[in-house]
Amino acid sequence: MPIATEPRILIVIPAYNEAGRVGDVVRDVRACLPQADVVVVDDGSADATVLESQQAGAKTLSLPVNLGYGAALQTGYKYGVRNDYSVLGQIDADGQHRAEFLSPMLATLIEGEADVVVGSRFLDRDGHYRPSVARQLGIGLFARIASWITRQHISDPTSGMQLMRIEVARFFCSDVYPADYPDADILILLHRSGYRLVEVPVQMRPSPGQSMHSGHRSIYYMYKMALSILVTLLRPRSQTAP
Amino acid sequence: MISANLRIVAILASVGLLVYIVDLVRRRRLKEEYTALWVIVAIVLLVLAAWGGLLHSITHAIGAVSESSTLYLFGLLFVILLLLNFSVRVSMLERRLTALVQELALLSGDRRNGQAAPEREAAHTSGAAGPGQEEAAGP
Repeated sequence: MPIATEPRILIVIPAYNEAGRVGDVVRDVRACLPQADVVVVDDGSADATVLESQQAGAKTLSLPVNLGYGAALQTGYKYGVRNDYSVLGQIDADGQHRAEFLSPMLATLIEGEADVVVGSRFLDRDGHYRPSVARQLGIGLFARIASWITRQHISDPTSGMQLMRIEVARFFCSDVYPADYPDADILILLHRSGYRLVEVPVQMRPSPGQSMHSGHRSIYYMYKMALSILVTLLRPRSQTAP
Repeated sequence: MISANLRIVAILASVGLLVYIVDLVRRRRLKEEYTALWVIVAIVLLVLAAWGGLLHSITHAIGAVSESSTLYLFGLLFVILLLLNFSVRVSMLERRLTALVQELALLSGDRRNGQAAPEREAAHTSGAAGPGQEEAAGP
């Protein structure tokens, strides 16, 4: 199904205690994609995240208690689906992602060859992004597993910078979505459900270390992702995709 | 054979557990649906304690040294089963809580962002900036 040339776009920014950063991210997104609405999902922050987001011109949704990255994102998906947007994007609140790359990602989505476009830090191999060795190993391992299972090259399964058709967001609103840390498992789930995935090279800034991802320990991350991929493969294929 | 004392203690404990479960339900402190596993535990322990021949043959079959350790083994297995059951229930509750909290954020967000969904749609298609549509202008 083609997307209209003037789609209604919603960019979701999940944020947990990101005052001092989230305002710049919102302004960045609005400067690069002036036609898009921006919604910041405040994941029970104790600081001025909401105020700063509103001052920067974003709509805000406040979760009364901290639910975690995935559940915050899913709240944004639900908001997008209920308010009739046709394209939904997501970008981290810590300033790691550069909003200027949303435009080429949007162009790829509108071309119609993809249902989900993922911004990959590793696709152009210019080495601008260097995560820690442990993280690199983890990302590399799951990139390989995801590539093997989906039979397509996936270089950056942990990327939280994505753009998707609203059908995919609707799919994510159901119980299929792993609400703690969506990662390589979600890409495998999408592939198994018949959605098409395309990676677009993007550049990212080094993470300031306070991101929502930094909370999980590497070993637990490896364990959780391995288990999640296994059960995703064991479940029957979903029939919801077009 | 287990000693008469241990047998009496085990029987009394199982009967006591059964009575306590029924009393909790009577006082509405425990929902009926949560009693099933507990009642099964109490009844099995009661049968094992009262029926010496059964306990003896099970002990022989699993290669345990004493019959009292068979009794403990079953007690422990049931405790693990019950804990796992609670983990499942906690996971289910967490999923429901997540959905509820998200719903609350979406509902209060509709009010805070100053527009109900239909109004938004109208403002969008007409291209006019409605109340709270501050994002229409550039940064």
